[in-house]
Parts: sequence; C-alpha cells; structure tokens
Amino acid sequence: MTMTAVSPRRLSLWQLASRSPSATAGATILALILFVAAFAPWLAPYDPYQQDINIRLAAPSAAHWLGTDGFGRDILSRLIYGTRPTLLIISLVAVVMAPLGTAIGIIAGYYGGIVERVLMRFTDIVMSFPRLILAFAFVAVLGPGLLNAALALALTSWPPYARQARIQTRTMRKSDYMAGAEMVGIRGPRLLFGHVLPMVLPSTIVRVALDLAGMVLIAAGLGFIGLGVRPPTAEWGTMVADGTPVIFDQWWVAATPGFAILIASLAFNLLADGLRDLLDPRHG
Amino acid sequence: MLGFINWIASLLIGLLALLLVTFAFTHIASIDPVIRIVGDKASQATYDAKRAELGLDKPLPQQFLVYAGQVLRGDLGTSWSTGQPVASDLVRVFPATFELATVAIIIGGTLGVGLGLLAGLWPGGWRDSLVRVISLLGYSVPIFWLGLLSLLLFYARLHWFGGPGRQDVAFEFTTERRTGMVLIDTWLSGDMGAFRDAISHIALPALVLAFYSLAGISRLTRTAVLEELGKEYVVTARAKGAGQFRIIFRHVLPNIRASVITVVALSYAVLLEGAVFTETVFAWPGIGRYLTISMFAADVPAILGGTLVIGVCFIILNTLTDLIVGGLDPRLKP
Repeated sequence: MTMTAVSPRRLSLWQLASRSPSATAGATILALILFVAAFAPWLAPYDPYQQDINIRLAAPSAAHWLGTDGFGRDILSRLIYGTRPTLLIISLVAVVMAPLGTAIGIIAGYYGGIVERVLMRFTDIVMSFPRLILAFAFVAVLGPGLLNAALALALTSWPPYARQARIQTRTMRKSDYMAGAEMVGIRGPRLLFGHVLPMVLPSTIVRVALDLAGMVLIAAGLGFIGLGVRPPTAEWGTMVADGTPVIFDQWWVAATPGFAILIASLAFNLLADGLRDLLDPRHG
Repeated sequence: MLGFINWIASLLIGLLALLLVTFAFTHIASIDPVIRIVGDKASQATYDAKRAELGLDKPLPQQFLVYAGQVLRGDLGTSWSTGQPVASDLVRVFPATFELATVAIIIGGTLGVGLGLLAGLWPGGWRDSLVRVISLLGYSVPIFWLGLLSLLLFYARLHWFGGPGRQDVAFEFTTERRTGMVLIDTWLSGDMGAFRDAISHIALPALVLAFYSLAGISRLTRTAVLEELGKEYVVTARAKGAGQFRIIFRHVLPNIRASVITVVALSYAVLLEGAVFTETVFAWPGIGRYLTISMFAADVPAILGGTLVIGVCFIILNTLTDLIVGGLDPRLKP
C-alpha cells in the first residue's frame, strides 16, 4: 500500500478567481489602488498642491474632471495622491496589530496555565475598550500625525487576533503533528513560529483584510475631524472635511473623496468575504 | 451567584484599566500642563512651585490614586477651553447623545433583525443578495460622508427633514429643558409643533447611525437563522406540520435571541462611538461633538473626560451583555 500525502489541491489563479468573484473584485480594485499610489506623479493631471484662486470651487469640466477645491486645487490629482497616506497608515497598522496579537495568542495558547490566564485577561480588557474613541484621544493628546494615528489604531485592535490564535493553538497543542515536532527536538521559538504560526496564518490574513476595511474608514475619520496627516497633504478624509462647508453648493468637493474612501473600504471587505468563503466552506 | 461575582470583578477590572489608560494619556500629552499655566518664560522656581502645587512631583502611583479619587468623586478637571468643570459639561451634552443613539439602535435593531431574517429564510435568493449588498455597503461607507450626502439630498434638495442641530431656531428657546432629551422635552411641553420639529431633526442623523449598525446586526442574524434552520428539531417541527411563521416565531427566534441581543447591545456601544462623526456632521450638541471640538482644541481634560464617560458606558454595556446572555441561554452559563 502506498501512502499518499493529503495536501490541498493547488488551484490555478483562474480557478481561484472563478470560485470567488467577490475576492477577485476586491483584489482587482486593491491592485488598481496600489498602482495609482505607485504611479501617482505620472497619473495625476496636475500638481495636487498647486493653488489657483481664480478657478476655486470650479465644477467638473474637461480641464478638471472632478472640479477644484476651495484653493483651486485639482480634486482628481488630490484623490490620486490621497491613495498614499491611506495605504501607508493601514499598512503601518497591519504590521503592528496582526503580529502583536498573533504572538500573544500563540504564547497564551501554547504555554497555558497562568501565562494564558494573565494574557487572555489582558486581551479581554483591551477588547472591551472603545477603540475608536481611545485611538482618537491618543492622537489628540499626543498631537496629530500619521504615525501617532497608526500606532493608536494598532495598539487597540490586536485583541481579536490574540483570541483567534490562542484558540487555534490550543486545539493544535494536543495534535500528533505537534507531538511529532517536539519528538524530533523542536521546541521554543522554533516550534512556535515554525510549526504553530503557519497553521494560524490563514485565518489571520482573512481578519487583516476585514480589519483593514474598517481601518480605511477610521483613518479617513481621523482626517475628517482634523487629527490625520497635516495639511496641505492630500488625504481623503481631510478632503471631505474641506468640502463640508460648501456641501450644499459645491457638493462634489466632499462627495468625490468620500466615494474613494467607500471604494477602498469596499475592496477590502469584498476581498475578506471572498477569502473567508475560499478558506472556510461553511460560510459559503 | 458566582457568575455575578465574576461579572462584577471583570467589570471593575475593566474600569480600572480604562482609568489607567486615561491617566497614562495625561502623562504622554505633548502639552506640559505646568508650562500651559505659567508660560514658557517663567523661572525654574515658579515652574517647580506650580508643579508641586499640581502634585506632579509626587511618585506616579500616588498621582494615580489622587486621580482615581477625583474621578470617583465626579471631578474630571476643568476644561481648558470653556473654563467649565468637564463633568458638568458632560452632564449637559450626554442626554443628546443618549437620545440619538437610542433612537438609532431601535431603528437599526428592528431593520437589521428583519433583514437578517429575510436573508436567512430565503438563502441564495434575491432577498439574500439584497441584504448582502446592504450590509457590505454598511460596513464600507464612511459615515460622515453618508451624513453629508443625506443632508444634501434630503434636507437641502428635497426638504424632507430638518437640517443640522436638534431644533429650529423658532423652538430652540421656547422649549423648557427637563430631561435634556429633545423628543421628551418637546412632548412634555405640549407644543406639538415643537415635537414634530424635533422628530424631523433627529430622523436623519438617527437613520444614518442606524444604517451604520444595520450591517453587523443583519449579517449576524442571517448566520444565526441559517444555522438554526439546519437543526434537526426544525425538521421535526416541519414534519409535524408547523408552518413557516410558527417555526420562525416559536422555534428559531427564541433560540437565537442570545446572539441577537449580544450583537444589538454591542452595536449600541459602537453607536456611542459612531456618534462622534454623526454629531459633528449634523451639529448635534452631544458628547461626540463635544469630543471633536475638544480634540481640535487639544483640550486634554475635556478629551479625557469624554473618553472616560464613553469608555465606561462601553465597558458596562459589554459586560452587561455577557451577564444577560448568560441568563438567557443556559448553555453559556459558566
């Protein structure tokens, strides 16, 4: 009798795409946003900071496709450059929040006992905090800026990762797979990060996609109430705030950047939805 | 009983932790409270004297105890911008937020559960797709932008609703303030014109906030309904001839009430947070708007006071949900 390794069938990109149209749509939009962010200087028709008071608050036209803002700056160009702070802030959040939470969860789940109880109690406490308000207060007290905003969001949003990683690690601790690894002498960090982490990673990635959808909104919200990146940097939330006073007359000034925020957040949500369906058939 | 003690313990630990966080915030603040008072030209001696007067030269644990004592006595400090005690400012603005969030959660909870049922009972159909699109949009839309656009469309263009603020100027100074909740105050005043005006003002921000909570509620209800309908007792009930109506109201709803209550209660807590944006857009004089104004002015005592109040509500709602759900569903008893 021959032993066949049980491994998930590898799917081609095309097969994956046809299995989950929503993940494909989300990934495509995100790729587009990344492309726009990378090539902003070539794509933007105007300098996003160039003011021209003669054409302030101009309606969309052939010269300015999406019109101009209160300083006569081209809105389309500012939208294009606005992809950059948004992507920067959410990537910063992701690289702090996901590893921090996952590490805490793996350690708690693997060692158990008092370590687990202390770490999970701590996680529960942070989880019960109002994360939006705390993040905002943190930025307001420490001073506005992109880095502070990202740090504040990351420090309040890691608990779900810890909970998830802990549960998965605990169920795995008693498995033959772990016993096998320990038997050949793998222990400590190498066991945790070489053998436990890869098993926890897929669900973590889905959660990151889901969380980043919310982060796009919160980051924009920070900009909207004046706590985000400093002006005149083009940032979508700040642009909506700029358009607020003229919403009844020149509505496009606030409407277009808000729409961009919606699309970016929607892309992450679609991607997360699709990924979840792909990785967990129960949600299908 | 043990569950209750456990509950009290986790509530207290949560509140203590929150207090530690706000205390830490006062110490990482980029504005030195001493320099703010004495100015940056003061001599070192003046600076030190003021610092000692504020108690900032004491060891940190002692400072924390003093701070905790003040908060427990209801003293949240004095606002740097209004010069008023933060606590009395918050008491003044809190009812507005409470009213808005409550109206919003009633709308959002009803619609959300209804939509979730609709999607869960006919999975895969057009109703399911519709609910999925609504909840996807609810998760993705920036709420301040939705608020602005709805003001533009329904107030400025269609004149369906009242504009920003809680009342028209005509009624603003005639209504006697009793509860601080404008719907109740105008109702008590007996002036039906004022009451209708209050409704037309609260409707739009409440609907926007409700939409914000709807996504999570409908999605979770759908999942719970689907899961419950797949169970064997439902099949048995059907075999015994129970109709769809009876199955939903007699069997499914009672069994999923714990998860529905949890998600509605958590959404209510999140609405208190979401109020920050909605209130700013709709000029709604609640705690959210108070916070954004203080944040913009870097008014540290006001920011921390507001954060503390919202945080306490949040933590109480969170832990209270655990308690209620534990009582409703014997399977979840510890």
